[in-house]
Amino acid sequence: MIKKHWYKITAVLLILYTLVWGLLNRVPRLDILNETIRNVYYHVPIWFAMLFMMTVSMIHSIQSLSKNSVKHDTKAYNAAVVGFFFSIPGLTTGSFWAKYTWGTWWTFQDPKLNGVAISILIYLAYFILRASIDDELKKARIAAVYNIFAYVMMNVFIMILPRLTDSLHPGNGGNPAFSKYDLNDAMRFVFYPAVIGWVLMSYWLFQIKNRISELNELYHE
Amino acid sequence: MNRNIAIVLLSLIGFMAKAQEGPQMADTFRENGKIYVVISVIAIIFLALVVFLVYLERKLNKLEKQFKNKSH
Repeated sequence: MIKKHWYKITAVLLILYTLVWGLLNRVPRLDILNETIRNVYYHVPIWFAMLFMMTVSMIHSIQSLSKNSVKHDTKAYNAAVVGFFFSIPGLTTGSFWAKYTWGTWWTFQDPKLNGVAISILIYLAYFILRASIDDELKKARIAAVYNIFAYVMMNVFIMILPRLTDSLHPGNGGNPAFSKYDLNDAMRFVFYPAVIGWVLMSYWLFQIKNRISELNELYHE
Repeated sequence: MNRNIAIVLLSLIGFMAKAQEGPQMADTFRENGKIYVVISVIAIIFLALVVFLVYLERKLNKLEKQFKNKSH
């Protein structure tokens, strides 16, 4: 039982630890940010989970193409759905945090915000494209090709472009992310477990989604 | 609704910590000890979600078993 569920237990314990200790530990006293610096423990790991799921999705799309398998395409779709699900609270919490620190809900000057918005639209297009094709094999092939393209575009928009121009996000505009100026050691002890916890949690949701699709297939056979 | 609650909470924090030197932090909020109440509430909500996930998984287990029995 432990063998099969270890990652779920780890996810829950890690997230629980970050929820409790993330509010109790000492954080650097900084102007403007004040206590909102703790959002690093909650807002950022959500995005890591989203990126992880999109990577899983892309890998399944490649496997779907190389093995000509519809099953891998279903998994790629499921991973993208879970990733998409994480991007919504990521965007909302980011907007809320920005209101109290940058003074606005949304700024078009920050390339990361716009990049995320474009990426979300790219993945919305993926869902629509995939839903619009009836033929099973054709659907799997076209969806897989588009999904690999979508993954590359997302990385250009949220990982590369923000580093080339000025950004309000730390670790962008030429700086390496999470340098000693952005995170101190005490914060690392909460931040890294939070990232691992949420990544594992996203994988759990992905597995549940997969099992539902398998049941669906069995039912329609 | 949630946003309103958050705004009220945030303004309370600011009000209570206004006499601080240097950058304002939620020092009074923490001194009162009541922060544990908030943390407990967050933890309970999270655990409730996990319990629901486990419940969903059990339901899936059941369905999977039913399907396997039928196909044999």
